[in-house]
Amino acid sequence: MNIPIEYYLILSAFMFFVGVAGVLTRRNAIIVFMSIELMLNSANLTLVTFSSYLGNSIGQLFVFFVMTVAAADAAVGLAIIIAIFRNKLTVNIDEINILKW
Amino acid sequence: MFNNAQEFFNTLPLIIMGGGIVISLLIEIYSDKNKVILPWFTALLFLAVGLHSLFYTNDVSIVMQNMLATGGNVNIFYAIFTLGAAVVTLISIDYIKKYDMYFGEYYLILQTSVLGMMLMAAAKDLFVIFLGLELMSISFYILAGMNRKRAKANEASLKYFLLGSFATGFIVYGIALIYGSAHTTSIDFITTNFAGLTSNLLFVAGVLLFLIGFSFKIAAFPFHMWVPDVYEGSSTTVAALFSTGGKSAAFSAIIASLFALFNGPSGNVFTPYFAVISVLSMFYGSIVAIAQVNIKRMLAYSSISHAGYLIIGLAAGNHDAIAGVMFYLGAYTFMNLGAFGIVSLVEGKNETNLDINSYAGLASKKPFLAALLSILMFSLAGVPPFAGFFGKYYIFIAAIESKLTWLAILGVISSAISAYFYIRIVVLMYFKPATNDFQIETSNSAMLGIITSVIIVILLGIFPGSFLDLITRFI
Amino acid sequence: MIENYIPILIVLTIGAIFAIVTVSTSVIFGPQRPNSEKLSTYESGMKPVGTTHERISIKYYLVAMLFIIFDLEVIFVYPWAVEFKRLLGEIGISVFYSMLIFLVVLELGYLYVFKKGGFKWD
Repeated sequence: MNIPIEYYLILSAFMFFVGVAGVLTRRNAIIVFMSIELMLNSANLTLVTFSSYLGNSIGQLFVFFVMTVAAADAAVGLAIIIAIFRNKLTVNIDEINILKW
Repeated sequence: MFNNAQEFFNTLPLIIMGGGIVISLLIEIYSDKNKVILPWFTALLFLAVGLHSLFYTNDVSIVMQNMLATGGNVNIFYAIFTLGAAVVTLISIDYIKKYDMYFGEYYLILQTSVLGMMLMAAAKDLFVIFLGLELMSISFYILAGMNRKRAKANEASLKYFLLGSFATGFIVYGIALIYGSAHTTSIDFITTNFAGLTSNLLFVAGVLLFLIGFSFKIAAFPFHMWVPDVYEGSSTTVAALFSTGGKSAAFSAIIASLFALFNGPSGNVFTPYFAVISVLSMFYGSIVAIAQVNIKRMLAYSSISHAGYLIIGLAAGNHDAIAGVMFYLGAYTFMNLGAFGIVSLVEGKNETNLDINSYAGLASKKPFLAALLSILMFSLAGVPPFAGFFGKYYIFIAAIESKLTWLAILGVISSAISAYFYIRIVVLMYFKPATNDFQIETSNSAMLGIITSVIIVILLGIFPGSFLDLITRFI
Repeated sequence: MIENYIPILIVLTIGAIFAIVTVSTSVIFGPQRPNSEKLSTYESGMKPVGTTHERISIKYYLVAMLFIIFDLEVIFVYPWAVEFKRLLGEIGISVFYSMLIFLVVLELGYLYVFKKGGFKWD
């Protein structure tokens, strides 16, 4: 009972677009950041799918790197969000507007 | 890792850079005099790596199981990044003291970001491009928010972080699709099979996502919205690095990864994409820059329009165009660094003197500084005989070779528009009475950096051929 | 293919029915005589203090981040350890030194955090 590869690809494409939609519509910096992580994870799912489908391990190796980089990204991003919260007591992107977009 | 000593020697720029970061870390945590040692160590490290790479450009090879390329254009890119970063370090030393925000980490993270750029330029595998890109970007997010007590810096850093990671998401997903269709992430394989792969829709989608992600990083038009805010909010010296090193690194990665695009016939699949975003960025950048009052925002929009000129080279896609892009990147790096350096000098404490009008009468008070800034502005506008002119010239000629004459004409029109806001600053400095008493703190290191970049701009303008020969030898 | 999932569906249905039936029987048939002691939050016999949404000290953030970063680096060590013997035969001793360099750099990061006081609680 093999699940066809398209199922995984469609699922990951869907996850990717949920992430994109989240970044574009949500207003809380932390939720925007979570949506970005969702995009990275959808890419990870695609990589693992192709890796198992093609039978070579490059994709899985790449996932390791994406995961570590995402962790570093999270550490820096949350630090930035904390710095901004200390100054302005908000993480709502619409209220962070000294510089005009 | 290395098959022989020669391969180790060829990788030395990267190894010196990595070793330098380790030594800087030890200096930062163990030395009592780190405030004095670290800045100068950083500048010397950049200088050493840059000169080493320029000196050994002939050592072309591929090392580390087909992961990294050495020598040739890679080394020229190394030189652009590291010498540029050396100038950034020099202008930072007194600027940081002026704002009273010394952190040793500033110099450490400067070094890691440059290591990231170097990895991007050297990449022979999409892995390495991704790692280099993230090393550079994450360092940039930190640098943007380094002055953490200021709300503007926080905001700039948050915007840069959110939009930058958004772009990274696109790049990773694009790489995943490329991997799925090409069955490998090796750039050499993709290069040799490029023509066959473009019939695969998955591959085209992957490359498009990859390009969209990089369009964010090079600040091309539809993805430019972070640029002015980030440049205005972050420290001037850091903005100088973003606009030069960051952009050159992203271009180097595009050239390294999609080199096949530029080997094939000019009518390839992605030319329309490049052509459209280049026209949009050129005109958007030049027209909106006219309306700016803050000089950092003006330089930001000018950097968007320069991205447009550079993308003309990618759209043209022949060898001359790539040589032109590299020449222009070198020229642009030093023009922009000089301009940002002077802005950082004129800038007073608490961000005063950032209005364009506050430059009125600079020539009567500080004639030397005004002369330097005029040279840089003329070069940015593309007036001969400075470096900026030849960069544009080579790119436009290459575009005409590839039968993209309309693109070259639009480029000329756009540079004519952009000349207005560059020359306006020169006019303000020389022909308007001074309203400002210019309390400029003397900074020898910053002057050293600025004068070096002006000299490079003039030299590239007088002897453009020799630098171009160096580049074209390896394409 | 889809019929392979039928056992899972049956288990899910039975589970849902069981949960709904037991909870609703106790609500419908059980005696209900509420008083203030019964309605208050159970806090091991103590009087409940404060709200449930306490703000957590920012220091946890640093600990959590350091944990995530150093923890994730281990995922590079696992595959290396599993494949070590095979790679040692194929590539040679440089397999060992690559990981050694990686770990040394990682430890330098640890040293940096330690010296900068990242592990101090107060």
